[in-house]
Amino acid sequence: MPVLEGKELRIVGFLCNWCSYGGADTAGVGRFNQPTDLRIIKVPCSGRIDPLFVVKALMNGADGVLVSGCHPRDCHYAEGNFYARRRLEIMHKFLPILGYEPGRFEYTWVSASEGQRWQQVVTSFTEQIHKLGPAPKIVGPEASDTLSLMQAAL
Amino acid sequence: MKIGVFVCHCGSNIEATVDTAAVAAAAREFPGVVFATDTMYTCSEPGQDEIVDAIKEHNLGGVVVASCTPRMHEQTFRRTVERAGLNKYLFEMANIREHVSWIGKDREANTNKSVDLVRMATEKLLRNRALHPKKFTINKRVLIIGGGVAGIQAALDCADGGLEVVMVEKTSTIGGKMAKLDKTFPTVDCSSCILGPRMVDVAQHPNITLYAYSEIEEIKGYVGNFEIKVKKKATYVDWKNCTGCGICMEKCPSKKATDTFNEEIGKTTAINIPFPQAIPKKAKIDPAFCTMLKKGKCGICAKVCPSGCIDYEMKDEFITEKVGAIVTATGFDLFDWTVYGEYGGGRYPDVITSLQYERMLSASGPTGGHIKRPSDGKEPKNVVFIQCVGSRDKSVGRPYCTGFCCMYTAKQAILTKDHLPQSQSYVFYMDIRATGKLYDEFTRRAMEEYDTNYIRGRVSMIYPKGDKLLVRGADTLMGTQVEVDADLVVLAVGAESSAGASELAEKLRISYDSYGFYMEGHPKLKPVETNTAGVYLAGACQGPKDIPSSVGQGSAAAAKVLGLFSKDQLESDPQVSIVDIKRCIGCGKCIQTCPFGAIKEIDFRGMVKADVIETICQGCGICTSTCPQGAVQLQHATDNQILSEVNALCQF
Repeated sequence: MPVLEGKELRIVGFLCNWCSYGGADTAGVGRFNQPTDLRIIKVPCSGRIDPLFVVKALMNGADGVLVSGCHPRDCHYAEGNFYARRRLEIMHKFLPILGYEPGRFEYTWVSASEGQRWQQVVTSFTEQIHKLGPAPKIVGPEASDTLSLMQAAL
Repeated sequence: MKIGVFVCHCGSNIEATVDTAAVAAAAREFPGVVFATDTMYTCSEPGQDEIVDAIKEHNLGGVVVASCTPRMHEQTFRRTVERAGLNKYLFEMANIREHVSWIGKDREANTNKSVDLVRMATEKLLRNRALHPKKFTINKRVLIIGGGVAGIQAALDCADGGLEVVMVEKTSTIGGKMAKLDKTFPTVDCSSCILGPRMVDVAQHPNITLYAYSEIEEIKGYVGNFEIKVKKKATYVDWKNCTGCGICMEKCPSKKATDTFNEEIGKTTAINIPFPQAIPKKAKIDPAFCTMLKKGKCGICAKVCPSGCIDYEMKDEFITEKVGAIVTATGFDLFDWTVYGEYGGGRYPDVITSLQYERMLSASGPTGGHIKRPSDGKEPKNVVFIQCVGSRDKSVGRPYCTGFCCMYTAKQAILTKDHLPQSQSYVFYMDIRATGKLYDEFTRRAMEEYDTNYIRGRVSMIYPKGDKLLVRGADTLMGTQVEVDADLVVLAVGAESSAGASELAEKLRISYDSYGFYMEGHPKLKPVETNTAGVYLAGACQGPKDIPSSVGQGSAAAAKVLGLFSKDQLESDPQVSIVDIKRCIGCGKCIQTCPFGAIKEIDFRGMVKADVIETICQGCGICTSTCPQGAVQLQHATDNQILSEVNALCQF
């Protein structure tokens, strides 16, 4: 569905199955109200997230990308979130090179018991994206060529 | 692939804030979707039958259910599609309840979001493949961590069921907190009389191997095949020959060692056996207080030991044990009450904890069962009990109710009257929580038969007055201030997670909450399972619990282990990584990053390639995001599948 004009922006979330997805469920069960912009993609572990997923989401039209995993040392797979942290930290520096504000991307840790914390994370990240407004989009007659060029370069 | 979409109302849980009919209508336009409908309760029997019928009628190759979280019903619906002859991985869920309908009331935005989530699920489903599990053999031994009453129950139930049990206990005796208690509520049963024989059973059971004074160093492996490294801490006593005669304790000149078993009410000797009924009844040396170990002089215990088992050179020892399942029963510890300045913060010797009082009441305790003030050894006349110390108090970060303090305080008030008929007990309480069988009757007896003075209110200050303590508080029922001249104050200190609980959770790869209590698989339906297969919980490590609940959970965990081991082989999860041998360049990065050692190097026609050992792979996908070639792909979460979800969200 197209974004609700003037009301929502497009935010993609990558959440690990064991902690953050469960945290988002806990928030739901606890009826912790949240903004509706975010759509969640479940991945087994934050270590599964290729930084290029973030870039590709933004290139394809997302206005913000949020990643959330287990707290450091509490990863279901022992060390996946450490890999995630190393890989994702770079994105804050890499995104401006592509023309995106670094604030369009955040990564954080939310455990399965932290429903209230998940509500805060979603609310503040959505506010942050709304302050930045819509992300620059690749448009015009050559948009698809540009996109495929960028895809190839990545 | 022909896809069927089922959008669930979940009664009004979803339908109230999502237009499910509109979601189903939108789904009909998605690529591959040939059938879409909205149903009242998809998980109900008629709901599931509708899915089965639709698969047959429309010859569906895949199914999407938009309803609750997959953590709730993914298994349910996978079984449903399997019943209709589909592979269970040709199924996807869209979470439109926990992630949509329950977190906002904007029907337009919620419907819109639900459509997106359904589109995402269908796009992923189009790229799903049928997956088939492999079988692997399991090691039918179980590890029990913690030898308190919950661990003992789990160990005995498993051992009686024919399993080999390995029990690891941190301290030098099993028994846990219950062994420290004098009596138990609401029957005023003697604690050591009911626990003692169970402890002996553990020691004597042919199926149980007990490692006391030991800790878990490392845990490797997965359900069915764990490998545990146990650290046997140096006791400086050869336990094979120690008879527990206690002569070393009598003769040891260092008599100022910390007595943790007696909650530091008294002191003990540097070489000690915690209490007469200890299991195993073996001596150990506390190196912090032993003059021989500290200064190289003394050696009296070695001289007097009739079996010559003192070994000052002993080192920690490491043992490897292989098991197929783990029960965690690590219990709780007491909150550090000294943060309460108004109760003296630990400065007044006659303000003690309830567990210290329990040791004092116990005939095998440091005072031989006589209630004496720690300051002058006199018998107290007025005893004040203060409830909710480190429970239900946000200001100290403990908002939860420990749940059993009301009951043991009533018990201690009754026992006080039994021990000292001339005494008067006062209980400052917030609410009386006596919700178990015969519990409320018991607190009533404390008030009515034993004449305990229950005062509803908090204590604002305790300060010394002569050799007494003046306890000042509020009586909120009378609306007045109360002052009691107390001889002894007993604090009902609340429970918190045991020291080191989070470190152990990290080794077990299980989750814990912000207080350090372990997370169960589901708060209602999986009370003893964790989200890590093969790891179970028993007792207060999951949250504060009284003895009956802990024992109940111990048995429940044992039942789960026995159920798991009722099969000779387990099915592995087929959501594992697979190497595309044509794309693999043999760089070995995946081998380095795999946390489980599940990827090995193979020789393929003279070339180095990676290969995944399917039964070891846990499906994290770290290799997939590491591989520079995209050659390793985690099944059911491939790059293509995840990117199709991204595109489904961003390009429409």
